[in-house]
Amino acid sequence: MDQPRSVLRQATEVAPPSHGSRKVVPAVAHRRDLRLDVFRGLALWLIFLDHIPSNAVSWVTIRNYGFSDATEIFVFISGYTAAFVYGRAMQERGFVLATARVMRRAWQIYAAHIFLFMIYMAEIAYVAGSFDNPLYAEEMGILDFLKQPDVTLVQALLLKFKPAGMDILPLYIVLLVGFPPLLWLLRRLPVVALAASLTLYVVSWQFDWNMPAYPSGQWVFNPFAWQLIFVFGAWCALGGSERLAPLVRSPATQGLAVAYLLFAFVITLTWYFPRYGHYVPRWLADFMYPIDKVNLDPLRFAHFLALAVLTVRFVPRDWPPLKSQLLRPLVLCGQHSLEIFCLGVFLAFAGHFFLVEVSDRLSAQVLVSALGIAAMIAAAGLLAWYKKAEGRASGSGGKQPDADLAGGEA
Amino acid sequence: MKTLVLALAGAFALAGATVAQAGNCMDAADRVHVDAGLPRAAAAITSRHELRVAVAGSASSILAGPGGKRPAYPVTLQSALSERLRGVNASIVNTAKPHQTAADMAAGFGQLLGEHKPDLVVWQTGTSDAIGGVDLDQFRESLEKGIKLLQGGGADVILMNMQYSPRTEFMIAPDHYAEIMRGVALREEIPLFDRLAIMKEWNDEGTFDLSTTTKNSEMAEQVHVCIGRLLADLVVGAIDFAREAKQDK
Repeated sequence: MDQPRSVLRQATEVAPPSHGSRKVVPAVAHRRDLRLDVFRGLALWLIFLDHIPSNAVSWVTIRNYGFSDATEIFVFISGYTAAFVYGRAMQERGFVLATARVMRRAWQIYAAHIFLFMIYMAEIAYVAGSFDNPLYAEEMGILDFLKQPDVTLVQALLLKFKPAGMDILPLYIVLLVGFPPLLWLLRRLPVVALAASLTLYVVSWQFDWNMPAYPSGQWVFNPFAWQLIFVFGAWCALGGSERLAPLVRSPATQGLAVAYLLFAFVITLTWYFPRYGHYVPRWLADFMYPIDKVNLDPLRFAHFLALAVLTVRFVPRDWPPLKSQLLRPLVLCGQHSLEIFCLGVFLAFAGHFFLVEVSDRLSAQVLVSALGIAAMIAAAGLLAWYKKAEGRASGSGGKQPDADLAGGEA
Repeated sequence: MKTLVLALAGAFALAGATVAQAGNCMDAADRVHVDAGLPRAAAAITSRHELRVAVAGSASSILAGPGGKRPAYPVTLQSALSERLRGVNASIVNTAKPHQTAADMAAGFGQLLGEHKPDLVVWQTGTSDAIGGVDLDQFRESLEKGIKLLQGGGADVILMNMQYSPRTEFMIAPDHYAEIMRGVALREEIPLFDRLAIMKEWNDEGTFDLSTTTKNSEMAEQVHVCIGRLLADLVVGAIDFAREAKQDK
C-alpha cells in the first residue's frame, strides 16, 4: 500500500485531451511493484493448500493464526492490479475500450470457471461410480446432482451452483463486471467511490443482500460485501496508498496493528483448543461471533488491514530480496494468477484424489503439497517463458498494454 | 535441485513404509470434551430414576445394510447407559429420518416433545445442510431455535456434528457448518459430540479405514458401536458435570 514518491508526482498528471476537459486525474505508477506479485503468488499457494481437505500442511496457512485468510489478500491485490491496468487503459484509450477489456477478462475467467467445473463433475462422477459404503448413505446424497444434469449444468452456467472450493472465480467475475463505472468514478472522485463502496457494504449487511445459490442458500463470498476489499485495493492503486502513508507509518497505527494481530491469534488458538474457549469472556464472544466469512466480517477486514500495515512497514517496495532468486517462484506464480489459480484448484482436486486412493499418511500429505506447489511454479515458469519467446518472435518488442507491469494480470 | 529430488523420494519411501497401526476406537476418548452439563437429565435421574433420551437426526443416525436395517449408535448408547447408570431406567427412541436439515428437525421438535417427553435430546445435524448449501446464518438460527424449543420443553440437548467422510470431503466441505455448531454449543453452554474430529482421528490412526469401498455393513456397524460408547461417555460425564456444578452453588 505504501507507494514511492513517484506516484505523488504522477498523481497530478494532466488527463489526455480525449477526456475533453483538462481535469486533473490520478495516474498510476509505471514501475513494477514486485510485492504485488510476491503476495499474490503466496496467496495462490495458500489457497491451494487450504483447498486440499484434511491436509496437515495447511496448518502453515494464515487462516489458522488469525481471522482473515488468503482470500482477502487475493481479492485486494486483484482490485489493486485491476485499477492499475484498466485505469491506464481508460486514461489512454477511453472508457469504452477499457470497459471492453474488462469484459473480455471477465469472460476469460468465466470460461476458466466452467472448465474447472467440468473437472469437478468428472471427479464426482468417478466417486459416484466407484465408491460405496453403508456408513455414508447420507453423504452420498451429494451425488444426487448427477441425477439431474439438466438442472445442475444450467445452474452452474448461471453461477448459482458452485461446488465447494470454487467460489472465488465467480466473485471475481461479478466484481469485474461491475468495475468499469466504479473505475471511472475512482479516477475522478476517489473518495466518493470509496464511500459508495462502503455504503454498499453497510447496506448489504443491513438488508442481507447476497446472490442466490443453487440448490439453496446464497453465495459463499457475497459480492456486495467483498467488493469493499476489491475497491479498497483499487483505491490504493490510484493514489490512495500515498494518502494513507503517513497514517500507516505512524507508531500508533503500527502498535494497534500488532496488538490486534496478537488478539486475533489468541482467539484463533481457542478454536483449536476448545477447552480454553471458556476463558474468552462471554460479552466478547457475543460481540465477535460468528465471524462472518460470507459477508467479509469487519473483524476479518480489520485483520487484513493490520497485516497490510505491517507488511508495508517491513517489506518496502525496494526490498532487495524481492528481486532474489529465492522469491522468484512466488513472483512467477503471482504474475500468472488466473492460470495458476485454476491449476491450483485442479491440483487440489487431484491431490485429494491421491490422498484418498493411494495414501493419506502425513508424509503423503507433505508430498502432495510440495509436488502441487512445484507444479504451480513449473507452469508459471513455462507461461513466462512462452510469453517472452512469443514476444520476441512477433518482433513487437514494443510496449504492449500488458497487465504485467502492474504485477501480473488484473 | 538434487536435494529436492532426494527429499521427495525420501518422503515417498516414508509414505510407503509407514504401516497403519490399528488402534482401539476408545483411544479417541480424549476427543470427548465435557465442558457443559445436562442439568435436566441429572434432575430426572435424581427424582425419577429414569432417563428418557430421544435421538433427532438424519441418515447417519440410522444404518441400512444390504439386508435391511442394522443397529446404529443409539442402540449402543442405550446399552452403555443402562450399564453405566445403575438403577436408572434409560430408554432411547430414535426419530432420525433421512434428508432432514436442522430447520426440518427444529420444526418437528414440538411433536417430538409431546410424543416422547425426553429428558435429553441428542441432536445430530449438519450434513444435509452442508449438502444443500443452506445459508450459514439460517443454519445457526435453526440450531438456536431448536435448542430453545427443546430446553423450553424440559429437555437437555447434546449437539452431534457430521461424520468424517474422506471420499466426499471435497464435495461437501462440512467445516463451516461444524464451526457454527461448535460456536452455538459454546454460547448455549451445551455439550457437543464432535463426531467429525473423532472419526477423523480414527481414520488418521488407522483404527478404521474410512475410505474403504464395500457393500458390507460390518465396518459401519463397528463405527456405530464406537460412537455409541463414546457418546455414553459424554452423557455420563455431562450428568456428573451438572451435579458438581449444583453442589458448588
